[in-house]
Amino acid sequence: MENILKIDKLEKYYGNKSNLTKAINNISFNVTKGEFVAIMGASGSGKTTLLNCISTIDKVTAGHILVENEDITMLKGNKLNAFRREKLGFVFQDFNLLDTLTAFENIALALSIQKVNPKEIEKRVSEISKKLNISNILNKYPYQISGGQKQRVACARAIVTNPKLVLADEPTGALDSKSAKMLLESFEYLNDDLKATILMVTHDAFTASYASRVIFIKDGKVFNEIYRGDDNRKAFFDKIIDVVTLLGGDLEDVI
Amino acid sequence: MLYKLSLKNITKSFKDYAIYFFTLILGVAIFYVFNAIDSQTALINVSKSTHELITLMTNMLSGVSVFVSFVLGFLVIYASRFLMKRRNKEFGVYMTLGMGKWQISRILFLETLIIGIISLIVGLLIGIVLSQGMSILVANMFEADMTRFEFTFSKTSMIKTIIYFGIMYLLVMIFNTFSVGKCKLIDLLESSKKSEKIKMKNPYLCIFVFLIACAFLGYAYYTVAFKPDKMLQDEFMTMIIIGCVSTFFIIWSLSGLILKIVMSMKSIYYKGLNSFTLRQISSKINTTVFSMTIICLMLFLTIVILSSSLSIKNSMTANLKELSPVDITVYKSLNIKGNDRMGKPYTKEQIDDSHIGVKESLNKMNFNTDQLLKNVVDVNVYDADTLKLKDTFSNIIEKVKIEFPNLDWESKEEIIKLSDYNKLAKLYNLDTYSLNDDEYMIIADFEGMKDLRDKVLKNNQNITILGKTYKPKFEECKPGYLYPSSNHINTGVFIVPDGAVTDEMKTLNILSGNYKDENKENVEKIVIGLEDNSYIKNTLLNFSTKISIYEASVGLGAIVTFIGLYLGIIFLMSSAAILALKELSESSDNKERYDMLRKIGTDEKMINRALFRQIAIFFMFPLLLAIIHSIFGIIFCNYILQTFGNQSLLISIIMTTVFLIVIYGGYYLITYFCSKNIIKENR
Repeated sequence: MENILKIDKLEKYYGNKSNLTKAINNISFNVTKGEFVAIMGASGSGKTTLLNCISTIDKVTAGHILVENEDITMLKGNKLNAFRREKLGFVFQDFNLLDTLTAFENIALALSIQKVNPKEIEKRVSEISKKLNISNILNKYPYQISGGQKQRVACARAIVTNPKLVLADEPTGALDSKSAKMLLESFEYLNDDLKATILMVTHDAFTASYASRVIFIKDGKVFNEIYRGDDNRKAFFDKIIDVVTLLGGDLEDVI
Repeated sequence: MLYKLSLKNITKSFKDYAIYFFTLILGVAIFYVFNAIDSQTALINVSKSTHELITLMTNMLSGVSVFVSFVLGFLVIYASRFLMKRRNKEFGVYMTLGMGKWQISRILFLETLIIGIISLIVGLLIGIVLSQGMSILVANMFEADMTRFEFTFSKTSMIKTIIYFGIMYLLVMIFNTFSVGKCKLIDLLESSKKSEKIKMKNPYLCIFVFLIACAFLGYAYYTVAFKPDKMLQDEFMTMIIIGCVSTFFIIWSLSGLILKIVMSMKSIYYKGLNSFTLRQISSKINTTVFSMTIICLMLFLTIVILSSSLSIKNSMTANLKELSPVDITVYKSLNIKGNDRMGKPYTKEQIDDSHIGVKESLNKMNFNTDQLLKNVVDVNVYDADTLKLKDTFSNIIEKVKIEFPNLDWESKEEIIKLSDYNKLAKLYNLDTYSLNDDEYMIIADFEGMKDLRDKVLKNNQNITILGKTYKPKFEECKPGYLYPSSNHINTGVFIVPDGAVTDEMKTLNILSGNYKDENKENVEKIVIGLEDNSYIKNTLLNFSTKISIYEASVGLGAIVTFIGLYLGIIFLMSSAAILALKELSESSDNKERYDMLRKIGTDEKMINRALFRQIAIFFMFPLLLAIIHSIFGIIFCNYILQTFGNQSLLISIIMTTVFLIVIYGGYYLITYFCSKNIIKENR
């Protein structure tokens, strides 16, 4: 299978010589096309730093990140923005929707900054919103809709540009369990039917159990890695819990 | 501890405070400069009469200063309320830590005190430097020579500035204390979380309100600009109120409407960041309709005040050359009886004296016209009982009476013999005329009255003097005047054939001429010396010399210009500062939004362009409306000031534009760069 993302000996240090924190300490892994990968770890394990490095929001100290064989650690300025715009889609914990725009306009914005023509924009937005079941709230403002709906709007915005890779940072973090479930089903749909490649960071085993592979991180290093294979979600969930226990049980929030 | 906290707060939020600080300093500096003018002018070499004018000006300026301090006070309170709002969360944190409201008030008190003291000191220093240049400007305006240049410092102006601004800052402190007292902890902590509710106004209601407001505004424009002569005093106030109210409603409706219109133009709305930019602007204007209205009106006032005052100054200087062709003109009422114009009875001495002419009167004061003057012309003005204002309008009097109820229809018209007028005209370099025995003509240069008389002349209005009837030679009034003045104020003089009037009808004697002496100042001094002659009290002599007209006119022009500049700059500064503060105080909130735009991959260029456009539209919106207002406002001012002539309107409009671009544009650029700095990615 084709490699979408290749992470090669990635290191990220904070602080200075006398007080050095190794947030990421030599991590390497690959993500192939059509995969749904979850990265798990406790608070402070370095998972969000990892995601920030991949999304080019943060700079790496050493190592390489290759997206479709292009080394993004070498990109600068507007090329970085262009990379983010064209190759990546984002889903954030706190939705990051623009509160002054309607749901429709929020989704359309991702396309309009790519200079897609307005007719095409309308078509694609209504298509994706049908698939994510948010057609009826398109004309509402973020403050008028629920958290789950907001996150699905954010999903639609992330996916509407057909990105190579969708990055999700604790997407269920601010949702109640019912909304979380609905969102994760949307993710499954994106992954199965739309063939989107998704990389999700979470500390929640239930959320991670929707993925096809889970990578565990501890103290900035890859600790373990398990594949779902042909297991059903319940069995995979149990496997994840086992690893979490092994990790030291310092993962709170286990359902 | 609290002191340390305040100091840290100020340095920390300097980005937010910068423009507030800048405005305060500018305000203090300008306040000082305009109040320090009298000490600056002490060094300038001017005549006594000019000096009196300068004193008049400084008195007027200090009166205007009171008004200015109200405007600045409003600005300071508005700005501090603004900055307070932004810090709600901070105060909330203080309160959860157990700090009392009183302590928070004290922090604010200290902050205001520190800012106040620094801005006063810096502003005064800048003001002192600027006011050095002011003396050159004053000398230039009054066309006087600078005898010497010396560093001056006005203690009174400094004390005044400190007192006025001290009161302002004190008010801010009181205001802050009150608003902290009213706060609730929950509101403070939640204030940033409260997502702004976007209310879309009903588009049909917007269109309806917009059309009605436009109609009212159009009506006010029409009345003020095209029918000003028919407007009564209280009607003028009504027009102003209509203007203000409809401005408010136009801004209210447009803020909703523009968004709706652009939204329907999908190809524009969904291009780049347009949708984002438009929403930003619309929400901003939506929440500030009231202050937008005030800003718009202030800009309107600025433009009108600046351009009118500059044009008054310019056209006055231009008029002088045309209207003061001779060195001296002396005139005197003859054959007076009863009361003077103010209704005061004439004294017996005055009545007795009014039988002799100007020349004899001057001789009585040892002013020998033959020795001192050359090119002397001595003419008389007559009046007739059969030629009152109502008689000269008899054809159309009913119509005119309705339009101009205030004219004094019983006043007698001025009449002059043709030969006398031609003598004067030759001296003044005006056109001379000839008339048949049964013809008359009118000279006038005061626009409003000239138009009216033209109508009558077209109507072939005949007049009767001593039983003989005369018909008009021309269909309009010809330009001309009997005695020099600084403006076009001749409302109409009838020229008739020489035989039409008799000596008994004399009412005024005019003597015009030039000084013989090469050094005009020498004779001028003698003329001014006549004021102290004991004879002058009981005679009705009126002097008007070229030099005195010139000085008065230049002085008046300068006064108007200075007051115009003072008010214009303060208004312009205040309105630009409010806009800048509003924009900047939101930039920090907007930082999140721009960060988000970056996260989804927007180009830095695109973001900067969006920001530039957004601020530009925000600044242009009230300005555009103000410019439209000003077009009609200036037309109206021109009507009021038409005695001053309007040859130089273009120059003054260009000057006004320069002021606008420098001050308003300057604030715009500062705002843009500051907000760009605030939303910059911090890496």
